[in-house]
Amino acid sequence: MTYVVTDNCRGCRYTECVTVCPVECFHLDDSMTYIDPENCIDCGGCAPACPVGAIEPDYRLAADKKFWIDVNRRRAAETPVISARLVPLPGADERRLALGR
Amino acid sequence: MPYGLVRFGVAPDHPKLKQVTAAFDRIAAMPGFRFIGGVTVGDDVTVDELREAYDAVVLATGAELSRPLGIPGEALPGSHSAGDFVAWYNGHPDFADLSFNLDHEAAIIIGHGNVALDVARILAKTADELRQTDIARHALEVLAASRIREISIVGRGGPVQAKFSAKELRDFLELKSCDTLVNDRDVTPKDFEPQHPADPELVEKLSLLRGFSQQTATRPRRCVFRFGFSPFAIHGRDRVETLSVTHRSGAVEDIAGGLVFGSVGRRTAPVTGVPYDTHRGVHANANGRVTNGHCMIEGLYACGWSKRGPNGTIGTNRGCGIATAEAVLADLAHRRARPDTPDALLARVVGRVTRVVSYPDWMVIDTAEKSRGALLGKPREKFVTIPDMLAAVGA
Ligand SMILES: Cc1cc2nc3c(=O)[nH]c(=O)nc-3n(C[C@H](O)[C@H](O)[C@H](O)COP(=O)(O)OP(=O)(O)OC[C@H]3O[C@@H](n4cnc5c(N)ncnc54)[C@H](O)[C@@H]3O)c2cc1C
Ligand code: SF4
Ligand code: SF4
Repeated sequence: MTYVVTDNCRGCRYTECVTVCPVECFHLDDSMTYIDPENCIDCGGCAPACPVGAIEPDYRLAADKKFWIDVNRRRAAETPVISARLVPLPGADERRLALGR
Repeated sequence: MPYGLVRFGVAPDHPKLKQVTAAFDRIAAMPGFRFIGGVTVGDDVTVDELREAYDAVVLATGAELSRPLGIPGEALPGSHSAGDFVAWYNGHPDFADLSFNLDHEAAIIIGHGNVALDVARILAKTADELRQTDIARHALEVLAASRIREISIVGRGGPVQAKFSAKELRDFLELKSCDTLVNDRDVTPKDFEPQHPADPELVEKLSLLRGFSQQTATRPRRCVFRFGFSPFAIHGRDRVETLSVTHRSGAVEDIAGGLVFGSVGRRTAPVTGVPYDTHRGVHANANGRVTNGHCMIEGLYACGWSKRGPNGTIGTNRGCGIATAEAVLADLAHRRARPDTPDALLARVVGRVTRVVSYPDWMVIDTAEKSRGALLGKPREKFVTIPDMLAAVGA
């Protein structure tokens, strides 16, 4: 198994997840983060740390979100590792409120 | 040695989690890092000596003491703390000599946290399910001869209040010769309804438990979750025979069992010279700065379980450590000059202990353990005494 970042992360990038990952397996592009499934040790630390509930274990994803498993694997291979917290993207707080968090 | 509870707490059948040690090894290879093992802070070196030689001292001493149940009969043979059992099966040198008598058919675990589930799962597994893990050999031998057939996991709250995670609970679906059940007399269907339907963790946990409540037992061993019970006494003549509990409804029941494992939390062991927060069971601290009453103790910090208490996963400690590191850096500018140096202090400490263990020493021990394990088809066979570890480094 592995943990997976899904669409709730888009345009938010709080990166709370990144600070708790003990093995630095978060990657980042302009819009969101991805988890490298090869390095994730399934500790589960990131999921409750994400303020918008974007992270789930792979087996728990709804059928219409399963494709995020592949997206994470592919994009993690193409993007750089991020190991420290960033400043949230503009509009992140509005997005968090819109998601009801 | 390095790794703390990742070596001596995390269950042997969770090998993936233990890969986090690679992150520690990377840190150990960084310039300016020095590992000094075999030294007990507070005994072999005082905290004040450390503060005189270093700008900042960060206590990361974990939560080594098991909380007692605090009920009569707790001292009877057969009554143990889950923490002792865990340290024993993980080959901790201070616990390797303990003996656990598994010749009874029923065992009772008190507590509904992840450690309780670890203990239940290790008891529920057959020797074949454990043989290829890094479990200590002495533990594998005792577990292989275990006569335990029924494991009751007793907690105060209902399914919604249980502290264990869905992920730990899912492991019970994989057990080869044990059925997992929920005693349906303890619960009503309403107990499995989440109050927060949006919380996927809770939803999954309750649906797993509901599944267990509908299971019928066909396999040789059973794990039975009991909800809503507070234990008030352990009875037995020469050893544990029953656990007396009160149900939320007021009903009193005796659960028969020859073994009781209390798994009701841990607290930090006080370190000489460091103020202690008895209420929280950690080094007294405000967001990682160790405090004495309302004053901060210059240059002294805490992180991990000895700062926050025993909660969160391994990863939570990284975020916690970053926050403490930020406090250290912020305070650095105001730190007074140090009268002593790390090298001078180390030279004095070397004379006080059997042997200072360096990181290269540890790597020799690590390699030796792995090759011992390879012969047995295990990831490693741990050395379970300090003399054996030191012998491996030729000391
Ligand atoms: C049974 C059990 C199972 C667990 N399973 C999981 C799991 O499956 N997944 C998960 O994510 N987390 C798990 N955890 C939690 C995880 O182990 C902890 O979150 C983590 O280890 C805490 O890190 P720490 O550095 O604060 O303390 P620790 O890992 O306890 O490290 C403390 C270190 O300090 C040393 N020390 C203590 N006092 C002194 C002193 N006076 N001088 C010198 N050294 C000292 C100790 O020897 C130890 O090496 C488990 C915990 C337990 C107890
Ligand atoms: S905390 Fe959540 S929303 Fe923020 S970057 Fe991480 S996954 Fe994305
Ligand atoms: S589950 Fe743990 S290891 Fe995996 S991405 Fe999250 S924090 Fe990192």
